[in-house]
Amino acid sequence: MSAFRGGLPFTLRLEPRMEASRWLSPALTAAALVVALVISGAILAIVGADPVRVYLHIVGSSLGSIGAISDTLVKSTPLILTGLACALAFRMRLWNIGAEGQLLLGAWAASAVVLVPLVPAGTPGVIILAVMLVAGFLGGAAWGLIPGFLRSKFGVNEIIATLMLNSIAFAWIQYWVFGPWTEGGFQMTEQFPPEAWLPRLSDLADAIPALRGITVHAGFLVALAAAFVVWLIVERSAWGYEIRLIGDNPRAAKYAGIGIARNILLVFAVSGGLAGIAGMAEVSGVVHRLQDNFSPGYGYTAIIIAYLARFHPLRVVPVAILFGALILAGREIQPSGVPGMIQGIILFCLIASEVFLRFRVGVVRRPPVPPAAAVGAASPATSPAAGPVTGEGA
Amino acid sequence: MDLQLIMAAGIAVGTILLFAAVGEILAERAGVLNLGVEGMMLIGAVVGYATAVSTGNPWLGVVTAMLAGGLLSLLHAIVTITLRADQVVSGLALTFLGTGLARVLGEGLSKAGAISLLPRFSIPLLSDIPVLGPIAFTEQSIMVYVGYLLVPATWYWINRTRPGLHLRAVGEEPAAADALGVGVYATRYRYVFIGGMLSGLAGATITLAVQPGWFGALTVNGRGWIAVGLVIFAQWSPFRAAAGAYLFGAVVQLTLAMQLPPTILGFPNPFFEYHANTFFLEMLPYALVLLALVLGSREAMRKRIGAPAALGVPYVRGERGR
Repeated sequence: MSAFRGGLPFTLRLEPRMEASRWLSPALTAAALVVALVISGAILAIVGADPVRVYLHIVGSSLGSIGAISDTLVKSTPLILTGLACALAFRMRLWNIGAEGQLLLGAWAASAVVLVPLVPAGTPGVIILAVMLVAGFLGGAAWGLIPGFLRSKFGVNEIIATLMLNSIAFAWIQYWVFGPWTEGGFQMTEQFPPEAWLPRLSDLADAIPALRGITVHAGFLVALAAAFVVWLIVERSAWGYEIRLIGDNPRAAKYAGIGIARNILLVFAVSGGLAGIAGMAEVSGVVHRLQDNFSPGYGYTAIIIAYLARFHPLRVVPVAILFGALILAGREIQPSGVPGMIQGIILFCLIASEVFLRFRVGVVRRPPVPPAAAVGAASPATSPAAGPVTGEGA
Repeated sequence: MDLQLIMAAGIAVGTILLFAAVGEILAERAGVLNLGVEGMMLIGAVVGYATAVSTGNPWLGVVTAMLAGGLLSLLHAIVTITLRADQVVSGLALTFLGTGLARVLGEGLSKAGAISLLPRFSIPLLSDIPVLGPIAFTEQSIMVYVGYLLVPATWYWINRTRPGLHLRAVGEEPAAADALGVGVYATRYRYVFIGGMLSGLAGATITLAVQPGWFGALTVNGRGWIAVGLVIFAQWSPFRAAAGAYLFGAVVQLTLAMQLPPTILGFPNPFFEYHANTFFLEMLPYALVLLALVLGSREAMRKRIGAPAALGVPYVRGERGR
């Protein structure tokens, strides 16, 4: 036992931090980002890529021009919505990893409005879009309710359940785009009629030529509005108080008479619905049809976004835009795994940085101990400072 | 459809899940939930394959794959055991990192061409047993046989040996284990590392034995997550995990085989007639995992057995209760 720890000439001392200063959390987040980029750069250099060029490429192709910024906002739209979906669920410590599947089902339901069709011919565009939005929300919510039900009724682990449902949703979309809705055997449906397209800034290009090619669409505004609504729910409503209490202290919430099963279902429904709207915004605002593989894993990146925003709905917006830039630039970066790797390293650095938020960290040199005295890891004899640590900070 | 062949292939495919699930069982029995199995499997798959491609020796690939999986798992160990971060989020990060890193390392590897694989052979005498012999002991990869040995060995280790007792103590009642002189941190590090090595082995089993080749993230294609689900279904028992893994492998092979014949039992095959229907077959294994989770969770609730008591809880010396 002791051989392992005995090999280190020092030990970490963690003292719980009673209160952290206001700037510590954002400073740590920034520091974690920097460290993550340095580590990623080192790995890139090892595998033979030029990290500086990769990073410059990311900045250039995402912020280099008005068109690039617009493309970044387009990419960030589904990320904001799925990021909110995750942030809301994670706030209750409900690990909804299924935003991807809920996004797909939302996209499917919104497509059904146009393709079945569920609205009579000649319906004005505004009504079609509104119905698609509602359908997208309901599709995602329904898909989210399945793991919610399994969790509250049978205690099924929601992480595994939502991941399995992601795979099922993926096959479900493939069934429809290869089967009943296929256009000539290609893995896509026919294009939606223009009434079912979310308006873009470039639609105004006839009046304002400068807007030509600016593809940012109304879904971005929907995403911003959603961020505000989720913020109102979480931070300013009685229901949000229940969510936060369950997240922070489920036992206290139970004693306070808060229905945990009911909240699991509600949060999963709203979370799934938000992801569903993201799917609707993608098919209606970007691809204008349902097709195979239209999401490059927005629902998974959303997990990191929610964490980076520390589950705060309003902070999801800037973080999602940052990741929108990363995904946009990542399409051209070789090797293709680089953006995913950077995302993983960022998340690791973030959670590792939290130790500084919760504890005062000190490095304690350990005096050399004869092997016999070192039985049991970090025996109290080594040094008083390395002894027991009491309590854990909030 | 040759059911015997399907079952034999199911066992081979199930062996992949088996290694990952047994590794995860060991880590979770020590109280550490590691959701990074998918990432560790991918790293093992790519490192093992790359080693075999460059050295021509698949055995070296097995060794490097296990080391790579173990090394990656140490990241999780440091963050969750020493720094006491949330095990769920750290495991997710490990999957992201492992997946991305594997794709970076595997760049260009898909065009590597044929490599020499781990040996396949039949076991004399055992392969003569009717039904079971042709399925389980005929022309299987050596990894399948390693799997047969690993399961009882792990069970024996956990339930009948002194280190196994320490392992369970650390996962169930770490404070008591600590008081008795069992190093909680060291034990947890050790089993997270072993779990990572077994995940790496699972990855190498894909690329060097059962389904050779490198296909990016699709090489593992979510099977790490299925292994994590399997652990819950198996209620942390290696034997139940093996049963689940082989059953799952057989179902996957069955869904593949069902797409081919024009008729099944004299009826027209809906999956042959209309190809898009095969996507429902693709859903089947995942739906099966959901069903297994529901059954497993219900049984666990009824019998009041379940996860190791300290699963997911960082151990802090001197802190009482939870």
